[in-house]
Amino acid sequence: MNKDDNILEMKNLKTHFFTDRGTVKAVDGVNLNVKKGKTLGVIGESGCGKSVTAHSILRLIPSPPGQIVDGSINYQQKDNKIIDLGKLDARGDTIRNIRGNEISMIFQEPMTSFGPQYTIGHQIMEAIMIHNPEMAEEEAKNKTIYLLDQVGIPKAEERVDSYPHEFSGGMLQRAMIAMALSCSPRLLIADEPTTALDVTVEAQILELLEELQDETGMSIIIITHNLAVVSEVADQIAVMYLGREVEFADSDQIIDNPLHPYTRGLWNSIPSLDGELKELKPVKGTVPDPINIPAGCPFADRCPEMIAGVCDQGNPPDKIEVEEGHYVRCFLYTE
Amino acid sequence: MQQDTLVEINDLKQYFAIEKGIFNRKVGEIKAVNGVSLKIKQRETLGLVGESGCGKSTLGRAVLRLQEPTAGDIYFNQEDEKVSVLELNNRDMRKVRANMQMIFQDPFSSLNERMTVMDNIIEPLVVNNIGDKASRKKRAGDLLEQVGLRREYLSRYPHSFSGGQRQRVGIARALSIKPQFIVADEPVSALDVSVQAQILNLLKKLQKEMDLTFLFISHDLGVIRYVSDRIAVMYMGNIVEIGEREELLRNPYHPYTEALLSAVPRPGQRRNRIVLEGSTPDPINLPSGCIFRTRCPYAEKKCAEQKPEWENVEGEHFAACHFKDSLELKGIKNRKRA
Repeated sequence: MNKDDNILEMKNLKTHFFTDRGTVKAVDGVNLNVKKGKTLGVIGESGCGKSVTAHSILRLIPSPPGQIVDGSINYQQKDNKIIDLGKLDARGDTIRNIRGNEISMIFQEPMTSFGPQYTIGHQIMEAIMIHNPEMAEEEAKNKTIYLLDQVGIPKAEERVDSYPHEFSGGMLQRAMIAMALSCSPRLLIADEPTTALDVTVEAQILELLEELQDETGMSIIIITHNLAVVSEVADQIAVMYLGREVEFADSDQIIDNPLHPYTRGLWNSIPSLDGELKELKPVKGTVPDPINIPAGCPFADRCPEMIAGVCDQGNPPDKIEVEEGHYVRCFLYTE
Repeated sequence: MQQDTLVEINDLKQYFAIEKGIFNRKVGEIKAVNGVSLKIKQRETLGLVGESGCGKSTLGRAVLRLQEPTAGDIYFNQEDEKVSVLELNNRDMRKVRANMQMIFQDPFSSLNERMTVMDNIIEPLVVNNIGDKASRKKRAGDLLEQVGLRREYLSRYPHSFSGGQRQRVGIARALSIKPQFIVADEPVSALDVSVQAQILNLLKKLQKEMDLTFLFISHDLGVIRYVSDRIAVMYMGNIVEIGEREELLRNPYHPYTEALLSAVPRPGQRRNRIVLEGSTPDPINLPSGCIFRTRCPYAEKKCAEQKPEWENVEGEHFAACHFKDSLELKGIKNRKRA
């Protein structure tokens, strides 16, 4: 890895799904870096490949039909050793050790992520004891109570014996964060962590994630379709469209000065609460069928600034650096 | 009823009994809508905002009498005649309902998968015996173009469409009978942002073209701001504040409105956020006095003892809070990007 301050570097990652209808190139050449102790926000609309990217990191892609066909996911381990997660055996010991221990994930739907028949405490304890086989049950339970308390569940010593149906959505999401943190991960992947929650609860959860990051120094990848969420918590933002990142920069840069026409379209689609009320100017049309992606730039047929004869011919070059640290994939910025 | 009022709701209550055991013994009540009074003006959009479980969808359904409210009155201005909706028999109700339609949240379950797009759209016409086959077909085609789809799609089935396209069909269906009043219950929350913006713009365009009146229900304050003329904020079965859009957002008078506004994530927001403690109270045992007092950062003794009256703040702005005149609450105008 060339830069020491990155905990994760994805290069030209391609995850394809081989289905009866044809090959779905869900992730098709993604380059992303996650800095140590920082938060990377990945945003895009449904079908852009943001979740598949996240699942590829932990090798949770169901295979068949899914497969990582190209690229690398270089992860810097605790002992500074660099390991390519993409090359590991998805069922092997190495990745199983990394899952939960070093990289953890929280999912969109807290309601379906816990089994209904065991108590919350039991399920978190189980996770702890799998990763620490020598730990005594008593100790694991104390740790569970400590974690639940840390994520802000009131009366944790009582609630540890509650069943999932006795928790509200926000509380379950907190419990899931507690479980994800149980082995002090160095990287937390949060896939739409607040989408199923009300705004006041969402605010609590975002606040919590930031506090925990300040305390533990972990890195976070937050995946969401909600620009507002990302703009608030992320240090850097990547915008994805049809399996590729089309723009990548520091949060302030990309929010104040979006370069890619798709990013601009997204920004203009969001009804804002601040400032004057502006008319929304959404991107026209819809995301094309992932099996029949048009030739040339995948965004060309929806792009208001399409250059005929250029954009519909070849792929735009990877990573054009327009200003320092601000990358875009678009012919508008080629020399 | 004033000339410009289309729908008037007086002290509407919708309770659901909780039953237990084999004899369905009633053990309690959920007060989903607990005494709501509202007026919706002709050709306006009234935005109804609140969190899950606050009763906003129940209120929307009760207004259309899709379920029988427990108590209260609903009046509808039908050709300058004030009709008491809850007193109508089935036949008269059908006539009034032709003027009221609903657009649903989930575009994947609100259409009949076994019917073509055309049959979905003209179903309200068939049910109400309007027009003949040829005129219905023409109307369906016109509507499809009006909502931004091609006429050829008439013979297709819903499964071949994306979420945004289905929502457009759902809108065409709601409009086929030429209603005056539409309850739109979270019509864009299942859609991606760019499709969401397309649908919001479409609804605004149709409102102008067809003189529609909307009760627009959403949990998303940005969406509510974009479409509404006035906004009503709902919490635990009660409207706590109502007012003209910008006036309410810039100068909220109810602490819940303030908290809701401050919770919306946006750049630079994290430093001045009011994070509400705990979660909403149990709807079976509502707190005494003010329903919001258990989470209100400004609550005092009086709030537990007395239910706050619904009072006019200024113009068309109303709020129900004991301390609305002394509190200085923050709205959106104080908020600059950090």
